[in-house]
Amino acid sequence: MTDREQNTGIAVDAAEVKHARKRYRAERRFRMYGVAAIAAAAGMLALLVISIVATGWTAFCQHSIALDVTFEAKVIDPKGGRDPSVLARADYRKLARASLRELFPDVKKRGDKRKLYGLLSLGVDQQLAELVASDPSLIGQTRRVEIYASDDVDSFLKGYIDRDAPESDRRVKDKEIAWLDKLEASGAITSHLNLRFWTKGDSREPELAGFWGAMVGSFFTLLVTLALSFPVGVLAATYLEEFAPKNRWTDIIEVNINNLAAVPSIVFGLLGLAVFLNFFGLPRSAPLVGGMVLALMTLPTIIIASRSALKAVPPSIREAAFGVGASELQVVTHHVVPLALPGILTGAIIGMARALGETAPLLMIGMVAFIVDIPGSVTDPATVMPVQIYLWADSPERAFVARTSAGVMALLGFLMLMNALAVILRKRFERRW
Amino acid sequence: MLDSEMNSATIADPKVVCRDVSVSYSGKQALFDIDLDIGSHQVTSLIGPSGCGKSTFLRCMNRMNDVIDGCVVTGSISVDGVEILDDEIDAVQLRRRVGMVFQKPNPFPKSIYDNIAYGPRIHGLVRGKDELDEVVQTSLERAGLWEEVKDRLLQPGTGLSGGQQQRLCIARAIAVRPDVILMDEPCSALDPIATARVEELIDELKRSYSIVIVTHSMQQAARVSQRTAFFHLGIVVEVGETEQIFTNPRDERTQGYITGRYG
Repeated sequence: MTDREQNTGIAVDAAEVKHARKRYRAERRFRMYGVAAIAAAAGMLALLVISIVATGWTAFCQHSIALDVTFEAKVIDPKGGRDPSVLARADYRKLARASLRELFPDVKKRGDKRKLYGLLSLGVDQQLAELVASDPSLIGQTRRVEIYASDDVDSFLKGYIDRDAPESDRRVKDKEIAWLDKLEASGAITSHLNLRFWTKGDSREPELAGFWGAMVGSFFTLLVTLALSFPVGVLAATYLEEFAPKNRWTDIIEVNINNLAAVPSIVFGLLGLAVFLNFFGLPRSAPLVGGMVLALMTLPTIIIASRSALKAVPPSIREAAFGVGASELQVVTHHVVPLALPGILTGAIIGMARALGETAPLLMIGMVAFIVDIPGSVTDPATVMPVQIYLWADSPERAFVARTSAGVMALLGFLMLMNALAVILRKRFERRW
Repeated sequence: MLDSEMNSATIADPKVVCRDVSVSYSGKQALFDIDLDIGSHQVTSLIGPSGCGKSTFLRCMNRMNDVIDGCVVTGSISVDGVEILDDEIDAVQLRRRVGMVFQKPNPFPKSIYDNIAYGPRIHGLVRGKDELDEVVQTSLERAGLWEEVKDRLLQPGTGLSGGQQQRLCIARAIAVRPDVILMDEPCSALDPIATARVEELIDELKRSYSIVIVTHSMQQAARVSQRTAFFHLGIVVEVGETEQIFTNPRDERTQGYITGRYG
């Protein structure tokens, strides 16, 4: 500026050039800040994804030990009745242990034997029972079965336990390593896709723990949430936006809806505990109550998103419809709501995605319990994906670390799926005017 | 204010009779005691500078102001002798009889066919698909659009050109068989060629309908209308035969406006 004041005539041009340069520099700087901000955010995201995938991917495979198991009739079904309930309760562990002893006949001491049996997962009972249940003709035969390795063995085989560490610091001792080496040399140790993770419920044993129970729980919970919050939210938004008079009362309601959207989610959990569980006596740990609590939490989001979508419908469309004699309800249901639908759906799905990742309010209503069974309805005890992740993250076993990350990956996968759905729906229903 | 005798506000065979019509938006008065008759089967144009209340007046005649919060209309408007400002009168039924075409072409984001069919459908004017097809075809024919769109009736109406869209909106308005058509600057968003086509159409339509048109174009008012009312600051300054208004205005404000001195 001083240049400009001192110089007149032709010198003003030089000052203007300088000024213009300054503006260009400012613009370049501004763009750089933007790029830097995006790069920082993308970097953080990449770091998160990489760290989770790096810890979690091993949970998707599982080591097994192949044993020649003889399905002895006198152990499984001494009476020979082939009664399914007898078959299910037989001592299959004994069979697996017998075949292990055959492989390592020189293991004699009691303590050593226990260690040897410890190579196998406690799930061997269930695994063999399922085999026999699906094919009772196995009884009396010898069959090579891949039995799940215990979580420590699995961790060792995946390289999480260092065999050069002092024995006292190791969960897997020298003797066990020797046995495993022998098994590995004979080709008995196999690694395969961990199907249990996608098909079973939770377990205290990491190698048996699955995510499916939590996924079903999340599904039921979100179903309840959607069924409650979508119609109520859209109706509330439509009424407030299209029919309600603009007065002090509607202003108060609007302010309070905005306030509700900002209430910490755990408060809704407390509300659910006090009202739904203690007052109405609804079942604890049930997706029904979880869904109701999450619906309360999601409602303000859906109402706000729907209202702004309705607001964005151009008034010319309303006028056109009124102009040919449509009633207020016809204007809204035939024209305004269909045009606002992409925005409403996007808002609803974003609200749902938030509900899917919500943990705190569900802790309050008991969905944090250890539940093995897959829920079959909205009133069965269940847990949800984020709570399952929280539970596993809290467990001391080494193998749960990978499972926690695997759970996070599954959860993120579902979130991405839902967001993709939002984009697709938006594109599909979008109409130009 | 001139004597009312000088304004030929009343005519022999009126379709719409407006008396003492005043409108205020949230307490702010926009129209003051308007007296105006709309003739049958002729075009009445409302001219005047922006903000003079001519659109507001137009929207009184099919009660489109009802949907605006805080808008109060007083006075009396009767269509074929029926008082329409009466609360007893269903605005929805009224708007079927008094159709409207807006400034900006605003077809529904639906197919051309559905744009026309929407009105007859919601009013239950037709029975069966054949009858509806016929209504769609006649409406498009009368709007001079049939030949251009008959092969693409199922394509979106928003895909037409601006002029075609406006004619589609006119076709949509006549599909419900109204008596009166209100047009709020129907050509302001159109190019001269499209404007000429819409003006031709208006000239045709006046045989079957009573038309009221708000326009900012003096030439357009002179070309299409038989009667003209000049609005200024919420009152009707002068109303009369279009020819008289444009060749021999009685009020100097009218004179000033049509010669382009203000407005």
